Amino acid sequence: MQEHLPAVELDGIDRSYGSVHAVDGVSFKLEQGEIAALLGPNGAGKTTTLDIILGLGRPDHGRVAVLGMSPQNAIERGLVAAVLQTGGLLKDLTIRETVELTATLFAKSQPVDEVLKRAGIDGIAGRMVRKASGGEQQRLRFALALLPDPVLMVLDEPTAGMDVEGRRDFWNAIRSDAARGRTVLFATHYLEEADAYADRVILLRQGKIVADGTPVEVRSLSAGRSVRATLPNADEAKLSGLPGVRSIEVRGDRVLIQTTDSDAVARYLLTATAARDVEIVAQNLEEAFLTLTGEDGAKANPVGGAA
Amino acid sequence: MIPTANFDARPVPAFGGFNLTFLYLEVRRLLRNRRTVLLSVVVPVALFFLFRSARRLPAAEGANFEAVTMVGIAVYGAMLAATSGGAMVSVERALGWSRQLRLTPLRPAAYVAIKLITAMLLGLVSVLVVFVAGGITGVQMSAGTWVLSALLAWVTALVFASFGLFMGYVLPTENVMQIIGPLLGVFAFFGGLFVPLSLLPSAIQSIGPYMPTYGVAAIARYPLLGGTFDPTWLLNLVVWTLILAGGAMVLFRRDTRRV
Repeated sequence: MQEHLPAVELDGIDRSYGSVHAVDGVSFKLEQGEIAALLGPNGAGKTTTLDIILGLGRPDHGRVAVLGMSPQNAIERGLVAAVLQTGGLLKDLTIRETVELTATLFAKSQPVDEVLKRAGIDGIAGRMVRKASGGEQQRLRFALALLPDPVLMVLDEPTAGMDVEGRRDFWNAIRSDAARGRTVLFATHYLEEADAYADRVILLRQGKIVADGTPVEVRSLSAGRSVRATLPNADEAKLSGLPGVRSIEVRGDRVLIQTTDSDAVARYLLTATAARDVEIVAQNLEEAFLTLTGEDGAKANPVGGAA
Repeated sequence: MIPTANFDARPVPAFGGFNLTFLYLEVRRLLRNRRTVLLSVVVPVALFFLFRSARRLPAAEGANFEAVTMVGIAVYGAMLAATSGGAMVSVERALGWSRQLRLTPLRPAAYVAIKLITAMLLGLVSVLVVFVAGGITGVQMSAGTWVLSALLAWVTALVFASFGLFMGYVLPTENVMQIIGPLLGVFAFFGGLFVPLSLLPSAIQSIGPYMPTYGVAAIARYPLLGGTFDPTWLLNLVVWTLILAGGAMVLFRRDTRRV
């Protein structure tokens, strides 16, 4: 059944440039309909991974399949499309002409007007590309990627260099498109983008996957969450015996518990003690990101795929 | 909506993505570039009038000097046009458009074919414009000679379309023609396009046969001048075509290889 083919399947992908191991044994499976973020600092191997999925680059070892076929075959059939950092545009065409020209290259393509509209650039279709802002050019690249009506949309740091407004407009266009069921895989080093737009985060560090899960799971991976409560005469020994608890701090009547399983702690506090004013504070993704991608972060255990 | 079933059944474009709409849009783009049009149409015509009026040289080898000049300038125009067409690759690589195209089903060979055809169409315009200018100002040739020399001036420009492609892959810059333009001028002068080699100093006459313009110029003028066909003309043309087209092919392979 074709519907059940994974959108992307990477199995033990390695890629070196000289002595630099850009991608080191990356494996993951992306199901159709998922919106996943490839998150990591510069040089983590995000672009190399995406290039391999798009057939622009080749892995030294490992297997890559896009909807069950090779990346080249998927590109030829318009099943996968991408918005790349490096994809250039011709300055001497208008926005509409660029879309018209690209549309002729596909065996079947969406109507030009519809694509312009969905990318939110129908109002500036007559503008020369050289006069379009960075954000408008990026939405044009998105329009080009929409032409073949791809099953999988790949975005490589799509909002790099955009102002806040451009970034918001761009993500609005992506989000309303993804709502129609398209699979999206995007690379970013903006944590808030991964948190806000992805339902799965794959965290890369030095070419390896260090975490893979929902934004919430990834966030709780490093230091987890802190649970605070008012609890006179807290039994520290009992609390530290709960699963996932890392540290306990008692300040008068207040206890502060760092844990990777805040649910267990909260349940215990509320059912077995007189605790009140229980607060659970999530560590934000930024902190998780820094912990997991920092020099000593590699030992964090990945959680299972979100699929 | 997003189709799911039967991914293999999705069609792949015919001819590797080559299509006439694409060609038409590419030609329109080329014509929109003022510098290219100036270089391939206005400059040759202006040069023709300049050479015609500036010097009244004796008839070269039995034919009228105007006609010899006209054919030479037409070759020069076709060469400028074909080279600029081929060199569009350079601009597109510099802008990253080639990489954008790799996300489409367009096959690299279809892309190069489009570039070559576009370059040759511009070359045809250039030859025709110079010949029309010649006809209007009273250049005399037999009807057959008009047709044959125009055809030869145009077809042999293929070597320069290859040259443009070659340079396009060597120099990824938006200003490639500013580098190539003067080089073409040197080739044209030393190959005898402006003034026939036989009227130039002997030092130049000894360099001339090595220029990539030498064979092209002599072959395009052959219908006009007649006489014995010198095989070194053809040798010159073939060797330069092999060097430039072969070089372009090697660089093109390197550029489009997956890395």
